[in-house]
Amino acid sequence: MDRRTFVSLSLAMGAAQSPLWAATEARDVIAIGGDVTEIIFALGQGHRLLARDATSTFPAEAQRLPDVGYMRRLSAEGVLSFAPNLIVSAEGAGPPEVIDILRAASVEFAEVPEGYDADAILQKIETVGAALGVRDQATALASKTRAALDTALDRAAQRSDDKARVMFILSTQGGRILASGTDTGADGIIRMAGGVNAVTSFEGYKPLSDEAVSAAAPDVILMMDRSGDHSATDEELFGLPALSVTPAAKTKNVVRMDGLFLLGFGPRTADAVTTLNRALYPS
Amino acid sequence: MSLAGHIPHSRVARARQLHVWLSCALLVAGVFSLTVGATDVALGPALLKLARGETLSQMEAIVLWDIRAPRLVLGMLVGAALAVGGAVMQGLFRNPLADPGLVGVSAGAGLGAITAIVLAGLAPIWFAAAVGDQLVPVAAFLGSWASTMVLYRVSTLHGRTSVATMLLAGIALGALAGALSGILVYISDDRQLRDLTFWGLGSLGGASWIKVVAAGPIILISVLAACVLGRGLNGLALGEATAAHIGLNVQRVKNLAILTVAAATGAAVAVSGGIGFIGIVVPHLLRLGTGPDHRPLLINAGLLGALLLILADVIARVIIAPAELPIGIVTAVLGAPVFLWILLRQRGIVDL
Repeated sequence: MDRRTFVSLSLAMGAAQSPLWAATEARDVIAIGGDVTEIIFALGQGHRLLARDATSTFPAEAQRLPDVGYMRRLSAEGVLSFAPNLIVSAEGAGPPEVIDILRAASVEFAEVPEGYDADAILQKIETVGAALGVRDQATALASKTRAALDTALDRAAQRSDDKARVMFILSTQGGRILASGTDTGADGIIRMAGGVNAVTSFEGYKPLSDEAVSAAAPDVILMMDRSGDHSATDEELFGLPALSVTPAAKTKNVVRMDGLFLLGFGPRTADAVTTLNRALYPS
Repeated sequence: MSLAGHIPHSRVARARQLHVWLSCALLVAGVFSLTVGATDVALGPALLKLARGETLSQMEAIVLWDIRAPRLVLGMLVGAALAVGGAVMQGLFRNPLADPGLVGVSAGAGLGAITAIVLAGLAPIWFAAAVGDQLVPVAAFLGSWASTMVLYRVSTLHGRTSVATMLLAGIALGALAGALSGILVYISDDRQLRDLTFWGLGSLGGASWIKVVAAGPIILISVLAACVLGRGLNGLALGEATAAHIGLNVQRVKNLAILTVAAATGAAVAVSGGIGFIGIVVPHLLRLGTGPDHRPLLINAGLLGALLLILADVIARVIIAPAELPIGIVTAVLGAPVFLWILLRQRGIVDL
């Protein structure tokens, strides 16, 4: 079933108020976190969602759900206005006072742990499945995802020497390069796709000095594909003095991928690993 | 203000009348704020239920009592604290641009909050256990209080506080706090960074009775204490030397002004984050309307500040429901153009 049929099928089902579902499973869940929402839809439980947070942009049906805002700044009354029974949330939803109120209003709260490797993804799927009471589907999805990830990781691992040095750039605002160090989603996906993170001197996302960028000598620049006028063109990007002397500039090698697809660490990550791996090693 | 000499009585009388009008408006706004929200729970039906002796549903009880009521109380307290704090500072420094930030409140509170957000994991266990979820507000209050005390000590020599020294030392201290905050921002991760940004925009979103009980008494006592400063600030408007000659204890006025403003706005910023604009605009609106006499002005400022903040909060939580806008955005976006319009219309008689 391709995505289009899936979308129209579930739309039709939603419109018809499928009696089977209406009888057994009410719409009573709010999903917080792009990866969590993706997993809920992949488990076939999307019809149970009342609302989602601002980062839940995939699949397309998710975007049609009401948006309760940024996950660290939830509004107690806004969330309660949907009268949910369960909130499935990525790690770190808040503020704590709001979570306390929601718990007091007998809304169940399931937190899904974060992580940037294959095991973390499977763990997320199991946790979401348990919270929604669909352990069987979760086990099935987890083993399917594990198989897909194993295949993707094996292919990526074939390249053991001469790995591409990849620099993930979050933004180039004002010519200052904000790059990913270690312990981030970007670092995780680069490693999974058989690349080497060119920046390992710090944790998290930090601005790099021009000389540090040149010294990191990336072969490939990895960026998020943004709609609108945020994304720098290749000319602008490699026109930056810091980047112009890197190997990546000589080959104009920049890879752009959708942010949630690349850094979501959800059911689509196996595809993301393969896509990134092919982009890093085109031959 | 040349007109002031001719009609002082009518203006003061008008300002006194305004107490009543603002109190009524505040009451209406309070009821409105309890009625409006993302859920369809409303005050009227709930009161009717109570009157009939029925019990409220869990939803009604939580929305009205645990979400909207503490927000309303906290909003009134914060609004009053910011507006009165602004009025007192403008009187003390005899400068229309003065705000509580001048006595180091914002810089200190900001540094405290950033420290708490970024270094929360490093706090001593007994301290973390004692304050629990309230680490950020507690740290913000301690930061604001500490920086005011440092500033106060620096600018007080032989029992005399120099407001000029305070102004300049405040800038230096602010720069220092900014630099320390910068270091913490640098070592923070992007989630903490977003928390910081949102903290700076202010919100009453985390309002709870715990916060009301913790910040309420501090704000209430210091705002009430500040409201008796009217005569002293009127005297200071003549200049410090003249004020002393007409029999005013200038140093006592200064002490009271600095301490009450630090306590009230420190507590307000701690529970609500940075809410700009109220402290500057409210006193000026009132001066334009009813004259510069501080005695009625301080009380009116408290009432109008509370009123505006409640209305801003209603907008903040309704306009993009089910999500919520930071309240600092609302106060600035709505307040700035209105203030500018009034200022330009009155340009002829205002010569600040």
